[in-house]
Amino acid sequence: MSVPLGAYLVLSAALFTMGVTGVLVRRNALVVFMSIELMLNSVNLSFIAFARQLGRIEGQVSVFFVMVIAAVEVVVGLAIIIAIFRARDTVDVDDVDLLRG
Amino acid sequence: MEMILFAAAAVGALAGGVGVIASRPPVRSALSLLLVLGSLAVLYLLLAAQFIAALQVIIYAGAIVVLFLFVIMLLHARTGEAPFERLRAQRTVAYVLAAGFLAVLVTVLLARPVAEVGAAPDGFGTAQAVGAALFTHYVLPFELASLVLLVGIIAAVVIGQPAGRAR
Repeated sequence: MSVPLGAYLVLSAALFTMGVTGVLVRRNALVVFMSIELMLNSVNLSFIAFARQLGRIEGQVSVFFVMVIAAVEVVVGLAIIIAIFRARDTVDVDDVDLLRG
Repeated sequence: MEMILFAAAAVGALAGGVGVIASRPPVRSALSLLLVLGSLAVLYLLLAAQFIAALQVIIYAGAIVVLFLFVIMLLHARTGEAPFERLRAQRTVAYVLAAGFLAVLVTVLLARPVAEVGAAPDGFGTAQAVGAALFTHYVLPFELASLVLLVGIIAAVVIGQPAGRAR
């Protein structure tokens, strides 16, 4: 018995909400970052589900690009976190609230 | 069979998601993220996206999570969470807002019956099919992606320099 599309979409919505919650409640920059990855992945899941339902490859191509951008984002973001940790000795996002270092 | 696999992967993904946002040590969050990514790879296989499933395992589980773990180890001295209490009111509000958000999303998603998923076309989602699309219709974005990767590498090198040598 095949899984209905709605099940994938609801799962994707649940994962996205978890990502949002993580960004809202966690103050550790690394965990906030992981929550963002969670949101990106939930969107990827709906892309793939719709690609499968519509029988079109474009959804999977979009996921490919999302993955590329996510990889770049993680590299740059983690570099920034390390730089902040070097300068401030903290990875708490509430301690870093000035644009001026 | 498909249903069982879906249920297992969905439970894995949800458990991992809870683990990411609820566990105190960042290492545990990173490993929960790995669980989510692995479960999603299984779902991608169910959805006839073999190439993307392989990419998911190689790029996300292989590279991104390892990068996270490296950084956690680099900063391991003091990456513990600050005391919770600073945010008590916001925390409650955040949960309420998130629950409302989920309710809205699910309501919208289930507002109209979705069509049954038909059989996938032959060869759908193989490396060949995705590659053919990437190198014909989407060749310009593909090249731009390589440029973005290059910029990312340079940015990481520049930002990662010790302070003082940056300029």
